[in-house]
Amino acid sequence: MDLSIAALLAQDGITNGAIYALLALALVLVFAVTRVIFIPSGEFVAYGALTLAALQLGKSPGTVGLLVGLALVAGAMECADAVRRRAWRALPRRLALYFVAPLAIAAAVHGAAPLMLAFPLQIVLTLAIVTALGPLLYRVAYQPLAEASVLVLLIVSVAVHFVMLGLGLWFFGAEGSRTPAFTHASLRIGEVNVSGQSLLVLLFSLLLILALYVFFDRTLYGKALRATALNRVGARLVGISPNLAGSLTFLLAALLGAFSGVLIGPITTVYYDSGFLVSLKGFVGAIFGGLASYPLAAAGSLLVGLLESFSSFWASAYKEVIVFTLIIPVLLWRSLTTQHHEDGHD
Amino acid sequence: MIRSPFLILAAALALVATGAARGAISVGVTLSATGPAASLGIPEKNTFELLGAPVISGQQVNFIILDDKSDTTEAVKNTRKLIAEDKVDVIIGSTITPNSLAMRDAVNEAEVPMLSMAASALIIAPTDPKTRWVFKTPQNDSLMADAIAVHMRANGVRTMGYIGFADAYGDSWLTEMRRSAQTAGIRIVAEEKYNRNDTSVTGQVLKLLAAQPDAILIAGSGTPAATPHKELVGRGYRGKIYQTHGVANADFLRVVGADGNGAFLPAGPLLVYEQLPATNPVRSSAADYVTRYEKKYGAGSRTTFGGHAWDAYVLLARAIPEALKHGQPGTAAFRAALRDALENSREVAGSNGVFNINPGDHNGMDNRARVMVKIDNGKWLLVK
Repeated sequence: MDLSIAALLAQDGITNGAIYALLALALVLVFAVTRVIFIPSGEFVAYGALTLAALQLGKSPGTVGLLVGLALVAGAMECADAVRRRAWRALPRRLALYFVAPLAIAAAVHGAAPLMLAFPLQIVLTLAIVTALGPLLYRVAYQPLAEASVLVLLIVSVAVHFVMLGLGLWFFGAEGSRTPAFTHASLRIGEVNVSGQSLLVLLFSLLLILALYVFFDRTLYGKALRATALNRVGARLVGISPNLAGSLTFLLAALLGAFSGVLIGPITTVYYDSGFLVSLKGFVGAIFGGLASYPLAAAGSLLVGLLESFSSFWASAYKEVIVFTLIIPVLLWRSLTTQHHEDGHD
Repeated sequence: MIRSPFLILAAALALVATGAARGAISVGVTLSATGPAASLGIPEKNTFELLGAPVISGQQVNFIILDDKSDTTEAVKNTRKLIAEDKVDVIIGSTITPNSLAMRDAVNEAEVPMLSMAASALIIAPTDPKTRWVFKTPQNDSLMADAIAVHMRANGVRTMGYIGFADAYGDSWLTEMRRSAQTAGIRIVAEEKYNRNDTSVTGQVLKLLAAQPDAILIAGSGTPAATPHKELVGRGYRGKIYQTHGVANADFLRVVGADGNGAFLPAGPLLVYEQLPATNPVRSSAADYVTRYEKKYGAGSRTTFGGHAWDAYVLLARAIPEALKHGQPGTAAFRAALRDALENSREVAGSNGVFNINPGDHNGMDNRARVMVKIDNGKWLLVK
């Protein structure tokens, strides 16, 4: 292996690692705030890429139907909830959030699909529709069980994963799609060609991470999420609604997933079931931070990307084995260096 | 009391249904309509739905279609269920090799003929009691590998690289290609593996490029085979690129786009039947199938995989009249006669080739079951 091959492999690894990092951040965020192991995050990646691909072909993506269906269920649940608790005053606001807004997005995408809008606008539509699925999913699948144990929430996640996987096959078919590259430009640094696409992936990932940092550090909602992650009961006592925190978390996680999908679409062919493996690698990255530390999770994901890239050169048949075996020494290292304490609330 | 008229109606309907079913031939189908092999299983399922309930020799043929989710255990479970509960006369399936291999024990125990739609020659080899009841419709990989080696040889290729799926499909191809290449005097200078869901194959492709082969074979199926193809072209590979017949569907052309231009693959003649000479025996069967299929599922929707399902039906349609002379559907005598009739299929022209089945070869396809095809601006072009 000479230097130029090493540089190409590193470039490839860092590009993939940046995408794993976004997913690792989503996993850490969701786990910290809601204690949900977010297995379906991969489906958001696949939905993001395939929704964009469908819009490219001028077709109304199947995710529109899912959005409408979920909005109807969530709206019905909100109404039933209001009737049971006789809490009529909050109803209009909640219906606007869970019912009217998703339906408006669905209508907009359905109407705009045959128009073949400009590429950036298609990306905006894709992000809107897939991101809107997040809070609805939380409302329908997780919120009724929000106080359940981590294990129950994990089981719900597995179920949601399989449902979304099956729907993905139904919506998009078994074959994959690729979206056009954002740019064909490339940059020459010494001996090595760096593709503009990889640079854009890195740039967007960094921007998104920075935006998240600002959100958590500077805004009221961000601080509320951090407070909930730190101490759920305490946050509730000072008036932070756990339902709102959960919805907001899933909104962010869905956005991160959809964004990863849009970024990964031009680099590789995405299938309805591609997301799971991608998110699993994000999960390995997140384990580095013990599902709690954002910077460690991002660093771990980059390491996973690099390891994957170099092992695909040296021993392509054992690539996955090498990447997933990494989780064992990491878990050993974590259990030896961190003090284990039982979470009394679980 | 309100419910009783409905009960009577239901009972009457049940009687009518059993009356209609008596004497009908039931064909149990287990295929991989979901899971990793879904892109192969869905056109097969479409083909059986297209056939509906055809009548052969005055007997109605009913297809009972089950999905095995590309899972071996599920395929065996489906097979046992079809045999025990639905009392089927013949089993068609499954879509993929591991499933078909596992199903053999179940059909041998129950002595029910089975027609596999999976590629590997291992399913029907060697000729022994284990494979007595097992037939298969797709071409053996060795037939296709030989076609590639012959084409490479004729075009001055001396060294080749290989990249394929890290699964049964890729392994089977690698074994066959090593043999064919050796026979043709071509050296394999690099062997790489990848997974169908890999987000990147840069590492493998760089290693292939470093070995500087005259040609590279990509052994994958469906759109995942486009990933290394695009990467090779993107990294400036100038040699010939070969694909396998696993990519023969419209989705592959859509995903590979302009990068696919000039690539070669061996395929069943169905893919380019319009370009075949009118004297070719495969042409009329393929035309019949493709016309009906594309009328229902859209222009350009043909795949050779659906053709394997059609060919299983073509073989049955030829064997059933013979078997009916020896027994009634639903009896052991009928099943045994059906097996014997299948084993004596002579010059049966299917959509993917001509079958001459005998006790030593339960596939029975020859060179007429393969053509070399070139990808040319999003179209399949027959190489003459």
